[in-house]
This record gives sequence, C-alpha cells and structure tokens, in this order.
Amino acid sequence: MHVPKIVKIKRIIEESPTVKTFMFDWEVKNEIPGHFMMVWNFYDEKPMSISMIDPLKNEIGISIKNIGKFTGQVHELSPGDKLGLRGPYGRGFHITGSKVLAVGGGIGMAPIVAFSEEASRIGVDVHVISAAGTMNELLFNDRIQRSGSKLLTCTDDGSHGFCGFGTDLAEKAMSEDDYDMIVSCGPEIMMKKLFEMVEKFKIPAQFSMERYMKCGMGLCGQCCVDDLGWRVCVEGPVFWTDELKMITEFDKYKRDSSGVKHSIP
Amino acid sequence: MLAAGILGSTASSLNWAARSGAGAVVTKSFGLSPNKGYANPTTVEVTGGVINAIGLSNPGVENFKDELVKLNKSVPAIASLYGANPEEFSEIAARVESLVDALELNVSCPHAMEGCGSTIGQDPLLTEEIVRSVKRTVKIPVFVKLTPNVTDIVEIALHAQDAGADALTMINSLGPGMRIDIETGKPILKNKFGGLSGPAVKPVAIRCVYDVFDSVDIPIIGVGGIRDHEDVLEFLYAGASCVQIGTSIMYEGMDIFGKILNGLERFMDERGYGSVDELVGIAHNSQY
Repeated sequence: MHVPKIVKIKRIIEESPTVKTFMFDWEVKNEIPGHFMMVWNFYDEKPMSISMIDPLKNEIGISIKNIGKFTGQVHELSPGDKLGLRGPYGRGFHITGSKVLAVGGGIGMAPIVAFSEEASRIGVDVHVISAAGTMNELLFNDRIQRSGSKLLTCTDDGSHGFCGFGTDLAEKAMSEDDYDMIVSCGPEIMMKKLFEMVEKFKIPAQFSMERYMKCGMGLCGQCCVDDLGWRVCVEGPVFWTDELKMITEFDKYKRDSSGVKHSIP
Repeated sequence: MLAAGILGSTASSLNWAARSGAGAVVTKSFGLSPNKGYANPTTVEVTGGVINAIGLSNPGVENFKDELVKLNKSVPAIASLYGANPEEFSEIAARVESLVDALELNVSCPHAMEGCGSTIGQDPLLTEEIVRSVKRTVKIPVFVKLTPNVTDIVEIALHAQDAGADALTMINSLGPGMRIDIETGKPILKNKFGGLSGPAVKPVAIRCVYDVFDSVDIPIIGVGGIRDHEDVLEFLYAGASCVQIGTSIMYEGMDIFGKILNGLERFMDERGYGSVDELVGIAHNSQY
C-alpha cells in the first residue's frame, strides 16, 4: 500500500559538510539501486534516492543534501527520531554487463554508490567516477573502495583526483577501457554530455533523472516528461539511452510544483 | 476517456492516454493563475482507493494553453476548468475555447480553496449561474462535473441541465476522507483531508448515475472507481453513455484503457450487442 511506514533513524553518517546519510531498519525485499523512497518528516514529503541497501542486516540508507527547507529540517534530526518512508518507487538500474562505468555528480552519487556495491557484490567490474566541486564534497569514497569498485575521483578545483569535470574523466575512461554499460546520476548538463559520449562510443547506458514529484504512485502527473508523457516516478527515474532520446525536455526544462516550465541552467 | 486530475497536466501525458486507447481526454483542472496546490503528502492509499488533496495545482490558463496547442487531437480533448465565480469560469472558457473540443466545469473538487470546487457544486443556484454564464460565452459543449457530497444530487443535476449543460460528469471524489498515522497520531495528508477515489467509491457513483438518469435528458458521463470492463457495464446499465477512468491507472497502468476496451468488445460480441447505446440504462428496465 502507498502509505508511509514510520521508522526510527538508526544512525546518521556525516558524509560531507552538506550531506548526511540516514540509516533505517528496513526489511529489504525488492529494493534495488536507483529506486527512491518518499520521505515524510511530518511537514512535507519528498522523493529521495536510496543510497544504501543491505539485505543481510535489513537496513537501507538515504543520503540527503541540505539545500532547502525540507532537507534542512531533516538534517536537524537525531538518531531515534522518526520519519515516514513509503516505497521503494520507480524503476532502478538494471545491473548487467561485466565491466561497468558508473558516473555520479554531487548528490547524484547516492544511487551510484548503492549501484557500485550491489554490482561489485555480484562480480561486475565497476569503475566509479565520483565528481564534486571540491575535495570535502566528494561522497562515499570509503564505501566505493571497500565494495571492490575502482574509484576515480574528480573535483572542479583539483583538490582531489582529476582536476576538471566528471565528463572529461569519463571520456578518458571510455577511450582507454572497454565498458559494456554506463550508469549515471547527476546534474542534467553532465548526463547530457555523457549521453552524447555513449552515443559516440556506442555503449549502452542508463541515466537517473529527477523531476518535481507529488504522489510518487503514478497518478498526479506532476513528474511526466515531454514528449511521451512518461512518469519519472514509475517509468523512471532510470531511463536507457534510447528512451532518453525521446525525452525532449531532458537538459532543457523542468516543471515546478504548479506545472510551470523553467529552463535548466 | 481519461478522467480529470489524473496525469492530465501536460499534452504529453494526455496524448499518451489517447495512444493507450482513451476515447477522449480530460485535462487536469486549471484556473486563471498558477497554483502550487498543497504541500506533500498530497496522496495516500486507503482500502479501495486513494485519498488526495493535491489542491488544484496547475500552471494557470495562459501557461496551460501552451500544452493545449500540443495535443495531437487524435481524440477529442476536454478542458477541465475551475474558478470561484461565473466571471472567472467564463473568462477561462473563452481563452481556451478554440483549443479544445469541450469543457468540463469542476464545481465539485472536495479539497479546493475557499469558494471553489464543491462549495459551488453544493449550491444549485450558484452552479446554475456559472453554467449559464459559460454557456453564454462559448459555443463548444459544456459538461458539468458533479459532487456526490450533497443531499440531493438530482436537484443539482436539474439546475445544471436548466442552465444549458450539454452533459453531466458524475462523480467527483467522495468525502473528503482522512487517514491518520497510528504511530504518530498525525493525519497523513498535509491538508488533513482529501477526496476519496478508486474502487471504493464506485457503488456511490453508480447510485448517483442511476438516480439522475431518470430525471435528465442530457447524457451522463460515468466516473468513479472503474477498474475493468465489468465496472464499465455497471455504469452503462445505470445510465451513463460513456465513462472516465482515473485512479485505477495506479493499479493497471496506462494499459487499463486497452484492457477495458478488449473486455467490453468481447462481452458485447458474445451477447450480440452492436452498440454501447443498447446498454445504456438497462438497469432502469428491471421491475421490482
């Protein structure tokens, strides 16, 4: 049923000055990387990617960047405080291939770290490109290394790893290595560049998109994307290259809570 | 047809419903200016359906016209409008008349802002005034969507008909209803209450259609909880000439239109019906 389940925050991990991961006891059934949960803090309810899935301990984690009112309120919570969770929702990443390049930008690393752990666990050779503005905003370095994935960091200011954009590093990686799958989550401008690259290199790819959501259950139409009307909350948030080609608003505009279009800077 | 308020905020999703087999599409209701609606949670599932208080979020008529021009028009498009008074309804109607095939006046949303939605539809005279005003303004057909949350729906239906309504859409969501979280004691919806839709409301909708059918001469569009072709048959028998589908898309996805059409076709073939018209109002022939 599409009803929030009330859970206590088990522990909180400070990932960076602006990002915290909230861990919950959760009976893991069909949660996969790329799925999201509707998180209710009793004032508002927002979609958030699952960033950690542990089917052995029956735990999930959700990583939240403090960027506004809702996320600020959640950041003030402590272990033992309650939240409502409903989900998992959406279509997650399909884990396939033997060598996969996973590219995450900023808080887009949330589903990417979950992907790197799950894909590595089943024996996929995963290379992760983690991109951030500066060193202390890089997310999940330890977890990625522990998962057995190969970690390639990059920062805009060169304070850690490659100096430049994640897409520059991705192009280098794609030229030097043979990947049979690319997965990605991050700013649309980054994913747009990746989209063009995978077309050039002819590598299948999956992209996780974000749009304003209300119901999360495929009814309200708030997150429908042009031109085919797909619901990001049901048909997405992960789309394959061939599908993304048909999402004409990708990297161009998105709609706000009243449905007014705003161009993507 | 696709019911108002479900996936109807963009031309893309309306065209998708049309591609999926909907015989017509109704937009999500829009008003004069952009409206954010209520904060989340706006929707929660309950036994037999969902309760929602989206709060008529919409980008306003001028922005919505950008969507209406992109409708592929493979099927008729119906614009659902809301407002607070006859002048607002008529103004919006005039602005979109050339872009759609018909209008559906939302005088029945149970969780609308003060003065809108069911506040109007519970007042026979105000309903009549609004319908009359819109009918004077536009030449395209005008449907009126009624709320079941009244003592006598026949009275409202008659006032709408007298004012010139070309068809009645019945019913909007029921209630409003509530769902309270038992761990925290908090109402789950931000707006505390919201309209109930889905299979749970179907018997009420059937009764409303049945009641009104005998009293009016205009067609009735049945809506409320339809999930399969058997539900459609019930609405037809009760007196609806066609039906709308909304909430059950949550259970069945967009395939619901095709599934229902197939089921209906098979039923009619097996029993030798040549047209849906032969099914309309059958329940009224039964004598007890």
